Amino acid sequence: MIWESWSAFWSMGGRGFFVWGSYGALAIAVVAELIVLRSARKRALEESHERSDGGSL
Amino acid sequence: MARTEQQSNDRFAGRWFWRFASPAQFYPVAGMIEKICWGLALVLAAVGLYIGFFRAPTDATQGEVYRVIYIHVPAAWMAMIVYLAMAFWCAIGLAFGTRLSFMMSHALAPTGAIMAAVALWTGALWGRPTWGTYWVWDARLTSTLILLFLYIGYIALAAAFDDKKKGDRASALIALVGAVNVPIIYFSVQWWNTLHQGASVRPGSSSMATVMLTAMMIMTFAFWAYCVAVAMNRVRTQIIERERGAQWLGSGKGIKP
Repeated sequence: MIWESWSAFWSMGGRGFFVWGSYGALAIAVVAELIVLRSARKRALEESHERSDGGSL
Repeated sequence: MARTEQQSNDRFAGRWFWRFASPAQFYPVAGMIEKICWGLALVLAAVGLYIGFFRAPTDATQGEVYRVIYIHVPAAWMAMIVYLAMAFWCAIGLAFGTRLSFMMSHALAPTGAIMAAVALWTGALWGRPTWGTYWVWDARLTSTLILLFLYIGYIALAAAFDDKKKGDRASALIALVGAVNVPIIYFSVQWWNTLHQGASVRPGSSSMATVMLTAMMIMTFAFWAYCVAVAMNRVRTQIIERERGAQWLGSGKGIKP
């Protein structure tokens, strides 16, 4: 362990805002992308079922 | 249209790899690749972050803020690599008219845009404490911003046409023309006098401490695996959307979500 304590870890030598602001933005981007992927898949499957059940095409 | 597709099928018949150019054949393969890449991404990210935060020492000149490098550089690299992959599939799609190629490029674009945005965001937060500014109109930063706009332009243009085939072709042209921007980004730090530092890692040489470099490379492979996994997920959704009504999908109930 190179850190003296967990609070030293979180403060990142006083640069915590910049370090965690970067990692936090990445985490938000990844989670948002996964939510969008999931809902897009759900919508595509629903539409695909509707088409074949409705028999319009 | 059906005739040209038939012709191109005849032309390439007998070459096994063309089998996977068929969306129906590729659907399960994409699912498998996605699963493997999710596993890789999770393991590599855990190892990379552990080394980066708990093994790599404090930087002598920058202190702790340099640890942004473990996501900044991988995101910037992937923004360029994903763009090249996207342009490659656009070129294949334009040349051979294969349906799956355009689905691949559409699947890659949003992830590439996210990578470019993450590279710019983390760069801004890293620039403030080290350069004293969030943003400068420097060659490296400006060309990366243009890369983000190219991604957004590509996505918007592909979605703007009611006729999907027209959208595929128009957006493919943007992707191909925009590809000149990628070498400009890469070499910008050599060609112009920029505030952004030069490359610390070049093929064959590196000016970084080994432990930092190790963490950064592991994180790069984690990002790479993530991009592939997400692109495979998106291409499967594209296949469901675009091949709707095709025989092989049947009632659609056989498709795993």
